[in-house]
Amino acid sequence: MLENTSNESPHRGLGGYQTPSQTVGPYFAYGLSSEQYLYDFKQLAGNQMVNPIDEKEAITITGKVFDGEGVVIPDAMIEVWHNDGEKQLFGRFGTGTDAQNRFIFHTVKPTSVNGQAPYLSIIVFMRGQLIHSYTRLYFADEAELNSKDEVLNVVPEQRRSTLIAAKTANGYHFDIWMQGENETVFFDI
Amino acid sequence: MSNIIYNRFDEEVHPPRLSPDYKSTVLRAPTKPLVVIKQSLNELTGPLFGDFNLGSLDHDLTKNSVKNGEPLGERIVVHGRVINENGQPIPHTLIEIWQANAAGRYVHKVDQHDAPLDPNFLGAGRCMTDENGNYKFYTIKPGAYPWGNHYNAWRPNHIHFSLFGANITNRLVTQMYFPGDPLLQYDPIFLGVPPKGRELLISQFDLSITEPHFALGYRFDFVLRGHNQNVQAP
Repeated sequence: MLENTSNESPHRGLGGYQTPSQTVGPYFAYGLSSEQYLYDFKQLAGNQMVNPIDEKEAITITGKVFDGEGVVIPDAMIEVWHNDGEKQLFGRFGTGTDAQNRFIFHTVKPTSVNGQAPYLSIIVFMRGQLIHSYTRLYFADEAELNSKDEVLNVVPEQRRSTLIAAKTANGYHFDIWMQGENETVFFDI
Repeated sequence: MSNIIYNRFDEEVHPPRLSPDYKSTVLRAPTKPLVVIKQSLNELTGPLFGDFNLGSLDHDLTKNSVKNGEPLGERIVVHGRVINENGQPIPHTLIEIWQANAAGRYVHKVDQHDAPLDPNFLGAGRCMTDENGNYKFYTIKPGAYPWGNHYNAWRPNHIHFSLFGANITNRLVTQMYFPGDPLLQYDPIFLGVPPKGRELLISQFDLSITEPHFALGYRFDFVLRGHNQNVQAP
C-alpha cells in the first residue's frame, strides 16, 4: 500500500517560491563525480553502492542514455536511490568514462515493500535538461509483482516495458530513452 | 509513514523541459507527459550523507586545491540559508558546488576555451548546512566564458549548486548568478526560467558578510519543495 495521495494543489507557505532548477551542464564531473573522472578531489558517492566482494547477492546494473536521434549521451549523470526499509543505498555515475558510455552500478536488488514490486528510483541529469527527470527501474524477473504494482499500473500498458530492466548474466540492463518511440516513462513525483 | 505529501515542482518558476533557444534541450527533453504517481517510501526519503567526513577545506575553494600559491581572481564569500516552502530550515543537508575559474575556464577536460587554467584552483567544493540551514563557501568569482549554443554566445558568471534536501523530491541542481551581469539578458539557460523565477537565481551583494580586507560577500538563499504539514519533515 502506498502512503500518499498525490494530486493536491501546491502548498505555498512562508518560505516563498521554490528556487528554480538549472541544467547540470557539461562540466559537473570534477565537482560531483571527481574520482570516477580521475580528478584529484574526493567524491561523496560513486557506483559501488555495495562492495561486491562483501555481498554475494551483488548485481551489476548497466545501461545507456539515448537522445531523440538515438545517439548515446556521453555526458549524463545518473543517480540511484534504494530504500526498501532494510537498506538505504545511493549511487552516482556519469556516462563519460565507460568506453561505450554506459552507466554502471554495483548494488543489490531491493526487496518488495508492502507487496509492491521492488524498484530503484533513478534521477537523470544532463546538459540539455533544465530540470532533472525522475524514473524508476523495475526488474524483469519480478513479473508477478510487476503485474500487480500500483505505480506500474498507472503507466499506460504499452509504455510499461520502458521501466523494466532486462536480466543479464550478472545483473540487469536498463536503457533510458529521452525521446522517441520508446521514450522512457518519467514521473512527476 | 505519516501523511506528509511533498509539493510538486512549481511550474510558475521552474523552467519547462523543452526550451528551444537552449538548443541542447531539443533532443534531450522528454516529450511525453510525466506520469503522476503517489509518493511512497523512496520519494519520502533520500541520501543523508550525515556520516560522510567532509574535508576541513571542502567549503573553501580558495584553499582546497592550492599547489604553489593562492588562486588568482576576486575572493568572494557566498552564504545563505536553505529552507522549504513552509519556511522550515533544512539542517545538515549536503550542498555541492562547481564553477569556472576567474578567467572563465573549467578544469573539466572537455572545456577547450582558450583561457588559462589556474594551477591553484580546482573550482569544486561542498559543505553541510548547519542546524539552522545556513551554509557558507569561500571561492573566487567565476569568469564568463563562450559556448556553442549560438553565434557569440557567452555564459554569465555563475556557480553551479547541487542540493539534496529532505528527500529525493527536494533534489535540486541549479546555478547562482551575480547582480548586474549584462550577459543575463542574452543567456538562454537563465532565460529558460519563467520571468517570475529569474530574480530568484541572482545572488545579492551583502556588505554585512563582506570580510574587510579579504572578500566580497554575496547572499544566495534556497527554497526547496515544501509539504502539506506545518511540522518538521521527517
